[in-house]
Amino acid sequence: MSSQTNRTRNTGVSPVRIRNTGVSPVRKHRKQSTEFTGETPVLRTAVTNVVIAGLGGQGVLKASDILAEVAFRAGLDTKKSEIHGMSQRGGSVASDVRFGKNVLSPMIPSGRADFLVVLDGEQVDVNRHVLREGGVLIGPDKIDVNALGNRRSLNVAMLGILSNHLEIDLPFWLDSIKANLPEKLHDANIEAFETGRNAAGD
Amino acid sequence: MSGNEAVAKAALDAGVALGTGYPGTPSTEILENFSLIGGLAQWAPNEKVAMEVALGASFAGARTLVTMKHVGLNVAADPLFTSAYTGVTGAMVIVTADDPGMASSQNEQDNRHYARAAGIPMFEPSDSQEAYDFTLRAIELSEKFHTPVFLRVTTRICHSKTVVIPARSATEPQKPEFVRDIKSRVMIPAYARPAHKRMRERLTQITDWNERSDLNQTIKGNDDLGIIATGISYAHAREAAPEASFLKIGLTWPIPIKTIENFTKSVARCVVIEEGDPVLVETLLAAGLKVEGKDPMYRFGELNVGRVRRILSADTSPEPAPAKGKPPQLCPGCPHRTGFKILKKLNCIVPGDIGCYTLGVLPPFEAMDTCVCMGASIGVGLGMRHVLPDEKARRVVSVIGDSTFVHSGITGLVEMVYNPPKTGHVVLILDNGTTAMTGLQEHPGTGRKLDHQPTNQIIFEDFAKSLGIERVEVFDPTKEAEKFERALAEALKSGELCVIIARRPCLLAAKKIREYEQQAAEANAHE
Repeated sequence: MSSQTNRTRNTGVSPVRIRNTGVSPVRKHRKQSTEFTGETPVLRTAVTNVVIAGLGGQGVLKASDILAEVAFRAGLDTKKSEIHGMSQRGGSVASDVRFGKNVLSPMIPSGRADFLVVLDGEQVDVNRHVLREGGVLIGPDKIDVNALGNRRSLNVAMLGILSNHLEIDLPFWLDSIKANLPEKLHDANIEAFETGRNAAGD
Repeated sequence: MSGNEAVAKAALDAGVALGTGYPGTPSTEILENFSLIGGLAQWAPNEKVAMEVALGASFAGARTLVTMKHVGLNVAADPLFTSAYTGVTGAMVIVTADDPGMASSQNEQDNRHYARAAGIPMFEPSDSQEAYDFTLRAIELSEKFHTPVFLRVTTRICHSKTVVIPARSATEPQKPEFVRDIKSRVMIPAYARPAHKRMRERLTQITDWNERSDLNQTIKGNDDLGIIATGISYAHAREAAPEASFLKIGLTWPIPIKTIENFTKSVARCVVIEEGDPVLVETLLAAGLKVEGKDPMYRFGELNVGRVRRILSADTSPEPAPAKGKPPQLCPGCPHRTGFKILKKLNCIVPGDIGCYTLGVLPPFEAMDTCVCMGASIGVGLGMRHVLPDEKARRVVSVIGDSTFVHSGITGLVEMVYNPPKTGHVVLILDNGTTAMTGLQEHPGTGRKLDHQPTNQIIFEDFAKSLGIERVEVFDPTKEAEKFERALAEALKSGELCVIIARRPCLLAAKKIREYEQQAAEANAHE
């Protein structure tokens, strides 16, 4: 029986390796967000809290699955939590993703989110209270949906914007997107991700 | 991995021979995943049948898993209580998935009460890793003491994803065979009396075992504050009070009272953090231990880090109202919409039931008057018909979905035939060919099994006719809306016993259903 304290994972991926690879083609074009006023969460020690919100059918849960896997692949303890059940009927959906050295509760305490990613304009005010002071709101106005090959990829495009704020290497993002979507959707979603990654700060 | 996936993986790793249950949020994905990764999993018509099937397989020496949501355990309570007397041969793990906060349920009952009431041990994992570990441990305990065992999970355990490192079950399952043991398994009073005593002795033994077990962990912090926590509350409390000392109880029934007493003596102040009812704290207070519980205001809804902080500081000031999001609604184009439009137009009194169609209660329809439990629409409708004045009684229509009808509506229909109201009655079955609310599960009326492979199909209209109900009609609510409306109006006037079936596949399921049917047709062609 492993106890809570000695259950450190050995994934073979050292957290220290985060962001030490060469310059990726995408990152070359990366623009620094002008909005990010809070301090950058230190991934290896503090817990980073991301809330993804929207309406049922927008791919909120898929986006949070992808993000959680990105953090997991990067060697971080990761928890994610949301309410299922009614989500397919067009109602409000929000998913909490937390990662860091040691995550305890799977739910983000109110007012402690570092990032709030919202896929539907009307859901911004509903969820704003989750953000900490100085936390970053990434709303659907940050991206031109007409620039996306398929509007259904908005969820992944928003992850592209988020990726600029997190010091996690690009391959973890791309691998996780591929692992969570059927092959026929890979190209469209990688493209959407890059659109989002390049859109930040515009 | 979600808690549900972790339970499924552990069941597979432990050689569980059969998983059975009835879909219900938040438990549904356990059996779906068990099937996906190669286990034998089946949906039963309801939880009672699932429990009985699992019990039979356990009597025959196989390891079994039976899953349901908290209210499902009420349906299965009859076999449950007596299974604690009979005991089991192969392991039987009963997963009860509670829904504090009612994300998708009609009540927030706390099923820890069932462990005490039935005399069945209960494990409570606090994350997906423990959901995995405790499933294995529950199987071991079940076979060691020949008792059914509960694994109690909650919405946040089932649907949260946390890291899981799998292991292997220490013991191999035995080969199923039948060994007669009449005095243990035939619960006539003469055999049940000693069986009750055996059950209590077994609980005493398990208490002793639990006192020595590594399932309960002490985490030494400062001596000022000690926190006793179970399940998800433990994760919230560790974050809310990282400096405190902790005792986490893994096997919460029968409780390891000596272990807890020792812990309470090691700290100046000891608080019990538990979600839902004050089950644990009242037991400890009754045993004379010096512990504090929470203010009754925290009995409602889920706990979280913020609420645990408030409990610890005895803060009873009003909590901020949760942000109001957009409520769910019937999908645009949902075939159920026609039915509710007509019911509203005809000014019907509508005892309703559990499923997507319960959303018919919300605007723009507001065409549902009661919703209590699975199958209640028919009984409640009949009760109203028996006592209301004729002109009102004639407006009563019981509305029930297809999966719910199989689950608990069949006996209601029998009641209608046996005790017909003098104004007759109308039962409207909204048949969308799937268990839509929980995520499109099959049921006996779809003609496909859990894994979507073809099987025998229950035909509702034939069944209703076989009971002697003469007025049985079937419509496509989208294509035959006018005929459907006319038939419902006439049925209400007729004073007869009527069953009207509005049959059209759920929009979300229609494409998948066509694929399954095509696959089945191709398989037939190859035979």
